[in-house]
Amino acid sequence: MEGWDPNTKSTLTHIPLLTTKAGPRDGAAWTLRLKEEYKALIAYTQMNKSNDNDWFRISAANPEGTRWTGKCWYVHNLLKYEFDLQFDIPVTYPSTAPELELPQLDGKTQKMYRGGKICLTVHFKPLWAKNRFIYIFNLSSGEELSQNKAHFGLCLFHGNVSEKISKLLFSSPRFGIAHALCLGLAPWLAAEVPVLVDSGMIKHKDDATSSSTET
Amino acid sequence: MEAELKELLHDIEALDQSLTDSSHRASIDKLRSHVERLTSLGKSGPIRRLKVQDMSAEVVDSNPYSRLMALQRMGIVKNYEKIREFSVAIVGVGGVGSVAAEMLTRCGIGRLLLYDYDKVELANMNRLFFRPEQAGMTKTDAAVQTLSDINPDVFLESYTLNITTVQGFETFVSSLKNKSFCPSKEGSGVDLVLSCVDNYEARMAVNQACNELNQTWMESGVSEDAVSGHIQLLIPGESACFACAPPLFIILFSISVLFFLSLNIKYVYHKWRCDTYLSPLPPFGLGCGIGVDERTLKREGVCAASLPTTMGVVAGLLVQNTLKFLLNFGNVSPYLGYNSLKDYFPTMQMKPNPQCSNVACLKRQVITLTACGNDKFYLQKEYILAMPARDAALRAKMEAEDLPATEGPLHADNEWNISVLGDNELDSIDAASSDVLPEGLVRELPSADEPQKLPTLEAPLTYIDDLEDLRRQLDALNSN
Repeated sequence: MEGWDPNTKSTLTHIPLLTTKAGPRDGAAWTLRLKEEYKALIAYTQMNKSNDNDWFRISAANPEGTRWTGKCWYVHNLLKYEFDLQFDIPVTYPSTAPELELPQLDGKTQKMYRGGKICLTVHFKPLWAKNRFIYIFNLSSGEELSQNKAHFGLCLFHGNVSEKISKLLFSSPRFGIAHALCLGLAPWLAAEVPVLVDSGMIKHKDDATSSSTET
Repeated sequence: MEAELKELLHDIEALDQSLTDSSHRASIDKLRSHVERLTSLGKSGPIRRLKVQDMSAEVVDSNPYSRLMALQRMGIVKNYEKIREFSVAIVGVGGVGSVAAEMLTRCGIGRLLLYDYDKVELANMNRLFFRPEQAGMTKTDAAVQTLSDINPDVFLESYTLNITTVQGFETFVSSLKNKSFCPSKEGSGVDLVLSCVDNYEARMAVNQACNELNQTWMESGVSEDAVSGHIQLLIPGESACFACAPPLFIILFSISVLFFLSLNIKYVYHKWRCDTYLSPLPPFGLGCGIGVDERTLKREGVCAASLPTTMGVVAGLLVQNTLKFLLNFGNVSPYLGYNSLKDYFPTMQMKPNPQCSNVACLKRQVITLTACGNDKFYLQKEYILAMPARDAALRAKMEAEDLPATEGPLHADNEWNISVLGDNELDSIDAASSDVLPEGLVRELPSADEPQKLPTLEAPLTYIDDLEDLRRQLDALNSN
């Protein structure tokens, strides 16, 4: 996290970390994860509001919580620029981060993949990689690492994950959707919106309507 | 056009009759026969070759497989015709995938499954395979159009979908499991999956599917600076899976000059998909409304470069490895890098990570470990079993052909630090931890942090554990 400004750092420490490693195909574990995602998003939204720094709305677009839609906005030169925000939870989540999309900006900036997926590669993906789940096997000093591994693997294979193992699975707190918005989308908007405005690629909605009524 | 040619012929006839001077007759006859030939050419249209029932080794101009069947006569492949029993899935029909698909089609592969969600663009024309008139078509449709023309014997299936979404992934997995093409075969419905995608998320999705299905696959990639690439064979449980280790960088170095050339040869998930933008970027703007310090922001050009050459080379390496794997000849490379600037081809082998974050990979590792004492598992692994024997035979052949070893160093300087290792030394390297990388390779992404005892800030005061309540709470926050 070197090089990040103190504001973002302090915000980040106040977003609850997530403890369940589960993706959309993991059934009941995904429901657990989804609850944690909500808690983190609620805490982050509340924090933004109390700091007068509200900048997004996001909610699940389907009951499974695999598709999310909403809005995000950015204030530049005292004008508010608002964009649709959407993303899918990838099947490999949380090993891979969600690919955040701003479809209205598709084709307007280089820092974007097709379909309006914003570029997270440089500033966010390494952080996500550092903060994904890993399993720790060397529980007690007496046990051999390989034995633990074999035991763990067999438990997975036979579907009887023991209590000891399940504690391991859910022991390391990590990033979720709220963190992706805070560390992925927020800096992207801060870097891109001023450029898009100054280069005339996007217009404020008042300007856009006034110019269209004139013509 | 036909009508105009008819009119032209009519005019020629009229001219012929009106002319009294017979000296022009010969040239008029020539003109007439020329027009007649053009007419017949126009009528025949493009010729589509018919399906071929059996691959024949007969050397005639009309046999599309004669040069391939000659591989048997040359002693390279035992039974080339077996290629018609194989199914190969190609994920990503871009610069590498489309060329790989064409190569396999021309080789007469039995069945090809193609996956892509993208459309053909004019910006793709610096690469091979797609034609400008196909711009706007989905890559899968355009590929099927061309490939079925080239070789109607190949069964083509195309899927226009994104495999990283939940729905796309399900379709992907079920299509791989479909065994209708060759029901008698063991395993899933395909013999090999080739990953030719341009991003990390899609590679992880292929990895996930293959680990779950115990499906051997090959990964490929070209760096975003277009000058290097790699291919890799992944056998679930036996070699490192894609999630076993953070992606790798290759660093070339020379001893004489401390010259570090950092080349991203592997896992180029960063590859930019917007090839249409080429202008340099304006400097990034200042001012932040959401509490982010502008000094922490980066904004550099990210449009990936691409070359038909590098893409073609990597596709060639990939399909060559595929043919060796399927038809059981030569050595199948576990990893092969390609740096075009120095023509450097590093190879290596990676063991699975016992602490891999992918649960399906860990399951496969345990099955492989268990299989060590169980012949039944080994019998299914025909290819793996056959590998050492094949390697030994090949080595013996090579040794017999080699010149007798000379005393003393062959080369005074050794710019690339190349050393020849005996088999025992190789084994000891293999046995080492998968963390140890050969010289010149470094990790591209950081490893996951050890879990620290971070305070989890779930405020116990407002503890809610009902999903609907949480959803409502967020909606309430969203509504004002």
